Amino acid sequence: MALLQISEPGLSPAPHQHKLAVGIDLGTTNSLVATVRSGMSTVLHDEHGHALLPSVVRYLQDAVIVGHEAQAAQSQDPVNTIISVKRFMGRALHDITDRAHIPYHFVENDSSQGILEIKTRAGLKSPVEISADILKTLKARAEKALGGELTGAVITVPAYFDDAQRQATKDAARLAGLHVLRLLNEPTAAAVAYGLDNAAEGVYVIYDLGGGTFDISILRLSKGVFEVLATNGDSALGGDDFDHRIFCWVLDQVRSKSKDFKPLNEEDTRLLLTKSRQAKEWLTDNHEANIVCKLSNGALVDETLSVAQFVALTEHLVIKTLSPTRKAMRDARLSIDEIKGVVLVGGATRMPHIRHAVQAFFEQEPLTNLDPDKVVALGAAIQANVLAGNRSGDELLLLDITPLSLGLETMGGLVEKVIPRNSTLPIARAQDFTTYKDGQTAMAIHVVQGERELVSDCRSLARFELRGIPPMAAGAARIRVTFQVDADGLLSVSAREQTNGVEANITVKPSYGLNEDQITNMLKDSFGAAESDKAARMLREAVVDAQRLIEAIQAALAEDGDTLLSADERQQIQTHIDALLALCQGTDSHAVKQASDALNHATEDFAAKRMDASVQKALAGKNLDSLEL
Amino acid sequence: MQNYFALFQLPQQFELDLTVLDGQYRKLQAEVHPDKFVNASPADRMQSMQMATLVNEAYQALKQPTSRARYLLQLQGIATDEENNTAMPGDFLMAQMEWREAMDDARVGKDIPALDALLKEMRIQAKTLQQRVANEIVAAPTQAALTVRKLRFIDKVSEDVNQLIAQLED
Repeated sequence: MALLQISEPGLSPAPHQHKLAVGIDLGTTNSLVATVRSGMSTVLHDEHGHALLPSVVRYLQDAVIVGHEAQAAQSQDPVNTIISVKRFMGRALHDITDRAHIPYHFVENDSSQGILEIKTRAGLKSPVEISADILKTLKARAEKALGGELTGAVITVPAYFDDAQRQATKDAARLAGLHVLRLLNEPTAAAVAYGLDNAAEGVYVIYDLGGGTFDISILRLSKGVFEVLATNGDSALGGDDFDHRIFCWVLDQVRSKSKDFKPLNEEDTRLLLTKSRQAKEWLTDNHEANIVCKLSNGALVDETLSVAQFVALTEHLVIKTLSPTRKAMRDARLSIDEIKGVVLVGGATRMPHIRHAVQAFFEQEPLTNLDPDKVVALGAAIQANVLAGNRSGDELLLLDITPLSLGLETMGGLVEKVIPRNSTLPIARAQDFTTYKDGQTAMAIHVVQGERELVSDCRSLARFELRGIPPMAAGAARIRVTFQVDADGLLSVSAREQTNGVEANITVKPSYGLNEDQITNMLKDSFGAAESDKAARMLREAVVDAQRLIEAIQAALAEDGDTLLSADERQQIQTHIDALLALCQGTDSHAVKQASDALNHATEDFAAKRMDASVQKALAGKNLDSLEL
Repeated sequence: MQNYFALFQLPQQFELDLTVLDGQYRKLQAEVHPDKFVNASPADRMQSMQMATLVNEAYQALKQPTSRARYLLQLQGIATDEENNTAMPGDFLMAQMEWREAMDDARVGKDIPALDALLKEMRIQAKTLQQRVANEIVAAPTQAALTVRKLRFIDKVSEDVNQLIAQLED
């Protein structure tokens, strides 16, 4: 267990030890894990040689099956076999408009403000838990292939995912025991893989149609800098919708032929959906597809779907991708002739009529020289390798943006935008508010995400109350609310009353997310039943975190300690390190956490000095042309 | 608060070579971006996020001509006060009304080419005002504040036209 090794005071661990870091594409239909080995980004296979892990989880009484085996069982056990769980991440039950067609037993969890759960024979499962089961499988695959414990992972999310969906993804990773280095937008990951592979320079469009989500991102690639200019999309549009159109068509055909056709049961629904997906894939290379199967009531389905019919059935879905595409182009203030290339990502972009539509829109043939299923994971692995510190970081810089505007509810249910969409991350904005009644001492703040003017048309992210405002005349108080979106695209909000300094710091947990207690409970549950196991696991986590902290601070001291700190200051930090190291030998996880916080606090001035030095270093002594990234 | 021009080591003036600004911005982010501090201590990560945020904010403020002019005036202690001061000379008010009417006509007639023409007109108007404000900032700062308010208005019309085009295209 390399992670548990604590080095002697003053001795830092081997600086150039290769860290095991992976990129994970947690997809709607399939998931993948990739890593950089000998400088090459490679997808890792399971013991049967499969690269793609179907994002399907089947719950048995006391076992969880993930992947191909679960997929094979989906028609016979549809209620306990969850596919496309990504569509439910960070969503409430009322968000799932087509749930009548989905064979699951959805439950609304009262304690989590409407977060949806699925009733299985193994109990209620939240989308976060189901996704964590997929991630655990990928983690095990990677650790087996790489022969060690993972240092960290970059996990991709659709660029158009909102804060609730991102937070849910991060929670799932945590539940799976993964250290998240970064949440990375899928099209940005694809651009990294494509751009580095082809030494691309200029403006590129990534058209990413996955199983359940659509993203369009426009990036400028220049000397290792990937700058996202605009992004748009639809987080509820993907290949699944094409399957569904075929499914509905088959049902119409069958119904028109037999008048007494009964509604489908869950098994038949799943069977026909699977047949529909197979037909869609078949039509990529063939003129017509036969959809033949026997339903559980004995009725025989035998239909033939031609390419022309399929195109007619799904043309509106293709057109639906072009509206976000136009918006992104407009936001980036670009015309078609400024686009150097269009990269297709996602299995659904194999459909010829998608390719034709993209080609017609951009007036150029799209680039398809990378496997659309793997390119996202490959890009994520490259980023993970850089973030883990295996490669000197200045060769790659990703400047990503926030896909949706953030705002606050104002009088009359209107949205006041605070951070506009397509702002480069990280970003912070402050907004001042005042009271509207004499003597008002509290203020409700409602944070929403979206582009529409009415609060009711946007997604509610969080509600909180700022209390303790000193009583003043209406309009006299000045409350400054600061929004900070970090490099993962996650929001935190703080509020401060300017006249007396009352502060409320809130890490926004989305209204439809899990709260900290729920996560902790889930983590504890997964630690095992015995109380001592839990304590041991908590201690282990605290020690691993402490070790990570000490390692980081020792690296900083080795780099800048001599130049930026006096002997006294250095000794103070060392004292804290020694105290923490001593506690790591003990059994008190709480004490380890407290000493870690104290150590971190003791390095704050040093951190500020280091940052000033970084800024100086960035611009000093280099002339502008020598910028080699 | 740190001076944005000083941050990028650029002369404090309206005329600005955008390629130089881009280069300085990228060099700074290459050092301070949170991706460079993933394995660092929480204190270092906090510093990185704050500095990268400041660099982004400074870049946006200097990149756009209107906000750059506004910032230069702010450094001189002159508020442009766009939210509250909406007083405009008569000829500009007339022009405003004509642009708004052109937008309304295009909305009714779903006339996207007319909106594109209006956008082009806004670009020309903005260019003229930008040339003017460059001199005014040095020679007549109070006058420059009015020009910034005009520029803000033209930016707003352009945003609205873009939004209308997006609506009509859907």
